[in-house]
Amino acid sequence: MVTDQPTPREIWEAEFGASPIRDTDFTTLSGIPLDPVYGPDDAGFPGQFPYTRGPYASMYRSKLWTMRMFAGFGTADDTNWRFKEIIKAGGTGLSTAFDMPTLLGLDSDDPMSLGEVGRCGVAVDTLRDMEDLYAGIDLGTVTTSMTINSPAAPILAMFIAQAEKAGVARSRLGGTLQNDILKEYQAQKEFVFPPRQSMRLVRDSIAFTAAEMPRWHSVSISGYHIREAGSTAVEELAFTLANGFAYVELAVQAGLPVDTFAPRLSFFFNAHIDFFEEIAKYRAARRIWARWMRDRYGAEDPRSMQCRFHTQTAGVSLTAQQPELNIARTAIEALAGVLGGTQSLHTNSMDEALALPTEKAARIALRTQQIIAHETNVAHVADPLGGSWFVEELTDEVERQAEEIFAHLETLGDGSMLEGAIRGIEENWFQGRISDSAYDLERRMNAGQRITVGVNAFTDGNEEDQIPLLRITNEDEQRQRKRLESVRSDRNGDAVAEVLAKLGAQAADPEVNLMPTLIEAANVYASLGEIMSTMGTVFGRHVEVPTI
Amino acid sequence: MAAERILVAKVGLDGHDRGVKVVARILRDAGFEVIYTGLFQTPETVAAAAVDEDADAIGLSMLSGAHMTLAPLVVEAVRARGADIPVILGGTVPDHDRDELAAAGVAAVLTPGATADQIVAEVRRVLDAAPVN
Repeated sequence: MVTDQPTPREIWEAEFGASPIRDTDFTTLSGIPLDPVYGPDDAGFPGQFPYTRGPYASMYRSKLWTMRMFAGFGTADDTNWRFKEIIKAGGTGLSTAFDMPTLLGLDSDDPMSLGEVGRCGVAVDTLRDMEDLYAGIDLGTVTTSMTINSPAAPILAMFIAQAEKAGVARSRLGGTLQNDILKEYQAQKEFVFPPRQSMRLVRDSIAFTAAEMPRWHSVSISGYHIREAGSTAVEELAFTLANGFAYVELAVQAGLPVDTFAPRLSFFFNAHIDFFEEIAKYRAARRIWARWMRDRYGAEDPRSMQCRFHTQTAGVSLTAQQPELNIARTAIEALAGVLGGTQSLHTNSMDEALALPTEKAARIALRTQQIIAHETNVAHVADPLGGSWFVEELTDEVERQAEEIFAHLETLGDGSMLEGAIRGIEENWFQGRISDSAYDLERRMNAGQRITVGVNAFTDGNEEDQIPLLRITNEDEQRQRKRLESVRSDRNGDAVAEVLAKLGAQAADPEVNLMPTLIEAANVYASLGEIMSTMGTVFGRHVEVPTI
Repeated sequence: MAAERILVAKVGLDGHDRGVKVVARILRDAGFEVIYTGLFQTPETVAAAAVDEDADAIGLSMLSGAHMTLAPLVVEAVRARGADIPVILGGTVPDHDRDELAAAGVAAVLTPGATADQIVAEVRRVLDAAPVN
């Protein structure tokens, strides 16, 4: 039969041909030339629905993954220095870790912040800190990721305010706001407001960025923390995608056509130590997202169907015993992320079972990615494990089990994935599943059914001296409090009070998008704690019922 | 004899609760009665709960690096109530912090990789060494 319809191979060839290609010799070490992708025509191609083999036709032949190292500690000046080191060392994107008070929307001088300021991330109280954090970094060219959730909207507002003060228009800003509040209640537990009120802020930030920040990723829907909290790979995948469906329904309910915001949703997955299961998980994630977006939510823009994701190696897989072994674990996990087609990658440092990384440990972690990228040639061929009987079947099985979880959540939500996600949180369903899975793994470890080298086997060498660890002193906390004190005395207090009053009034009206007023609040140097407590008086607080 | 009671607690802003929940289940399976405070407690609320619940030991889970500030404050808050309940700390605690924690009255420190058997044995050791209330 003769047809005018181009075949999938012809479509792929055209797309690949139109893609920019890196100036690299795509052969093996012995000089054997490599195709960009292998397999029969009916195996599908990267860049084609349902994207099992990758979101783009040319994958890493056009652009390697972004080596995005998560960093943040002490004051904004300390972290700014680390950012510049990362860029100097060849890092290609920034990823900001905030400290616990910032993650919970508290100021550094709040009594609850005692001992936590600058400990596991950078302290940001006001626009002043944001200015210092990114000083001397061209945000029009370097993309920035910010791991922030409960106060994501006000932190985004501060980020926009500082960039515009530095002369970069919001429309030019490229980066990612984590802004995934659902997984906070499920796993990470850095929540402030109740779920439904928090979702209003997510809605506001999606709508605002869709309208004004075309290069910005509004939500990074994150399985990473779900996995770290103890879930299985299937639960990580299914809970994350289900949360993604919930955000899609939220934005559609707010009147946004799906293709106006869905291309700016991205994902964040864990790379755990079970190599093939992880690769199957990434492949299944792309396939499921594509099918649901097209068939259930009516997306027509291919970018709405392409699941693009960041990957981080598994913090929980690191051991305090013989910490140098973590370099090997991280390399294997990072390789799974790359073979699974990740768009960006953070590799953990060997010392992170005990502390934030030293500069040397962080550099080795980045160098691990560079070895994978430049020495192994694994990036030459897209979806290199596609067609493996094992990996294909595991991909199908992971997808099947994830669909069972979606069916449960859909029932829980009376047909709505948004309601299913919120009720699942309110009924402790996600939290219970995650705790059960964590304990199940612990029991298998304790029974010796699972071996962790250096922990329950092969412990010779555990007694050797510890590697050097980063120490953060209480002086950072004192310095940060002084910084905040000086901002409070320099700013116009009346202007702050006026904007906060407006914010409170608008928070009480669910129809209003709060982003413009949050930017105003940032510009008058209102503190994060002031902004969050103003909204908190309207929204209330979430309290988790403690369960074991 | 009634089961000994262990209060497990999250103090400060650290939301990482995988460890505390797993340890709670390990201790419960080992025959202890376990009470979990939930997240975001202060040294004061933990000490008050431990006294009210007549706990035989307190287990703190801390993974945010705030242990050097907060763990000693829990010990002080317990003592301020005239109680003598041992405090065991678990989490990401570097070795170089151990001496100072011991000097501050923390009875034991458990770090990543501690197995269920080791955790139960350490709690047992601390309870056996504690004065009878």
